[in-house]
Amino acid sequence: MSELHYTGDCPIVVEGLSNAFGDHVIHEGLNLTVRRGEIIGVVGGSGTGKSVLMRSIIGLQAPVAGRIEVLGQTMHAGSYGGGEIDIRSRWGVLFQGGALFSTLTVAENVEVPLREFYPEISDELRHEIARFKVMLSGLPADAAAKYPSELSGGMRKRAGLARALALDPELLFLDEPTAGLDPIGAAAFDALTKELQDTLGLTVFLITHDLDTLHEICDRVAVIADKQVIAVGTIPELLALDHPWIQEYFNGPRGRAATEAQHRAKAIDKSNGQGA
Amino acid sequence: MTAHKMRDQADFTVQADDDGALTIALTGPLVVSSVGTLDPRLRQLEGPVRQIDLSGVREIDTTGAWTVWRLARDNAAQITGASEEAERLIAALRPLRGEGAIVPEELPLLTRVPAFVGNYMIALGRGTLGILEFMGGMLVAAWAITFGRSRLRVNAVVRQVELVGVTALPIVGLMSFLVGIVIAQQGAVQLQDLGFGEMTVNLVGRISLRELGILMTAIMVAGRSGSSFAAQIGTMKLTEEIDAMRTIGVSPMEALVIPRVLAAILVMPLLGFYSALLSIIGGAAISTLTLDIPFWTFITRVQEVVPTHDLWVGLIKGPVFGLIIALTGCYQGMQVKGNSEEVGHRTTVAVVQAIFAVIVLDAFFAVFFTEIGWG
Repeated sequence: MSELHYTGDCPIVVEGLSNAFGDHVIHEGLNLTVRRGEIIGVVGGSGTGKSVLMRSIIGLQAPVAGRIEVLGQTMHAGSYGGGEIDIRSRWGVLFQGGALFSTLTVAENVEVPLREFYPEISDELRHEIARFKVMLSGLPADAAAKYPSELSGGMRKRAGLARALALDPELLFLDEPTAGLDPIGAAAFDALTKELQDTLGLTVFLITHDLDTLHEICDRVAVIADKQVIAVGTIPELLALDHPWIQEYFNGPRGRAATEAQHRAKAIDKSNGQGA
Repeated sequence: MTAHKMRDQADFTVQADDDGALTIALTGPLVVSSVGTLDPRLRQLEGPVRQIDLSGVREIDTTGAWTVWRLARDNAAQITGASEEAERLIAALRPLRGEGAIVPEELPLLTRVPAFVGNYMIALGRGTLGILEFMGGMLVAAWAITFGRSRLRVNAVVRQVELVGVTALPIVGLMSFLVGIVIAQQGAVQLQDLGFGEMTVNLVGRISLRELGILMTAIMVAGRSGSSFAAQIGTMKLTEEIDAMRTIGVSPMEALVIPRVLAAILVMPLLGFYSALLSIIGGAAISTLTLDIPFWTFITRVQEVVPTHDLWVGLIKGPVFGLIIALTGCYQGMQVKGNSEEVGHRTTVAVVQAIFAVIVLDAFFAVFFTEIGWG
């Protein structure tokens, strides 16, 4: 790898982060380190500040206290000028609702970051890039010319992903990517995320409530509770901890079902492997 | 964008075989920040490309892989020396097909203009029907409320009265005061030339109560509240709040439209009267300073020279203008669908239509009241 990419081990480092809205404290002394090339799942009850954590990391939310380092650059909310290469050209963000620009077509949405950062790219190449990114995100080619209001919720998420991937980022932030998708669509989205991580060597910061996603693609899971990240690790590691919320989360009826599904899938893989 | 200046640029060398087929050796980083300048040069190559050598490529991403893959596909060329990463990326792009246009098709100008005019006329007709339908719906809702079959939301009405009326007092007051000054001052200049300086009182008093008070207020309310009705209801449509209301059994007509329309009808005559008063006070103030008519004399003279029916003309027009402004605002808000641009567009239309309708009606009223002897 050369100087173009971040070569350290920890593309995201959060130290002593505190966030508050007025008197309402969201985070207090939160620490989190994300390793390069991993998919980290962030879980926590509703209102524990998962999205606020993401917004702090990407500089949309000014923290009360704490230090955030992304790809080796220290972040200051509202300013991105620190590094030699604009940090915003090195990450992609998928917001919960897709956050597509509603007056632009899907392809034009994908072209926005390209126009912004690389104006020297010719129209022809930019259109081609937009088209293949749209297809890479699992949308049919004819979706590229459509407006966001003409798409279903799942397609909007994929289009949002295409825009997030427009600049081949090193870091991908996904805020509940599978929420509101049907199980088939959600599984396909998981597979896509995994494939992109493998192919492009992405580091993925993934906020989710989807237990299947956690089991299926996350290398590690960070649990937010009591205004802090109380544990980070693989699911078996988390289960070994005796925290009541974690136990309830992964061992509740839904958690058990997801675990069983995972075991079944592994068993099938194994028997197939033996058969071959 | 200083990003790409710091980097080595991607480059290539071309080698021609005896039969004219080219071998291209790419070098440097082949990433989104470097292919921008490389791609046009690759497209200009003449002659068939037989082989693309990637052994000099240090780094590659999907955009770089696309550039290579497109070149290889178009020329049926062979890719050699690809790193494992490059192989993987190209393999990911290989199955992607689709050549369709990615921008919506644009019709030629000759077709587009007549189509625009035609669509505009159809929309105009539909719009007229639509607003009639909307007004009918509103009347049905008002009927149901009058006969107790559904509920009048008193709190909502009070809230809208506050928003449309009370919070408008400072700006309407200031504007009217200044307009009063301008009319008195400019009128006095003309009238004094003719030797009728004291007629300034008639001018200010009558024009304020009859016309300007209510007209200026209507324009201000259309700008302040008509726009806010359209934008708010429009946004509620986009976020499906209106749909949610319907499914819960709350009629948007009853919960959103009626309170706004009612508030505007109630508030407009009051605001118009207040505006007329302040513009008379403005006129009186400037007359004290420049015309040597003392303030209280001016006010007393107004009572003598302005007939009572001038007051009624203003008060009768108030509720009608209020109805038009609120109705247009709510109707345009309800027409929003699709995207955020539509909210802006509908808000503009609401204000423009409301002001236009108010002025047209005002002209009708002027003729009408003169005809019935209230001239």
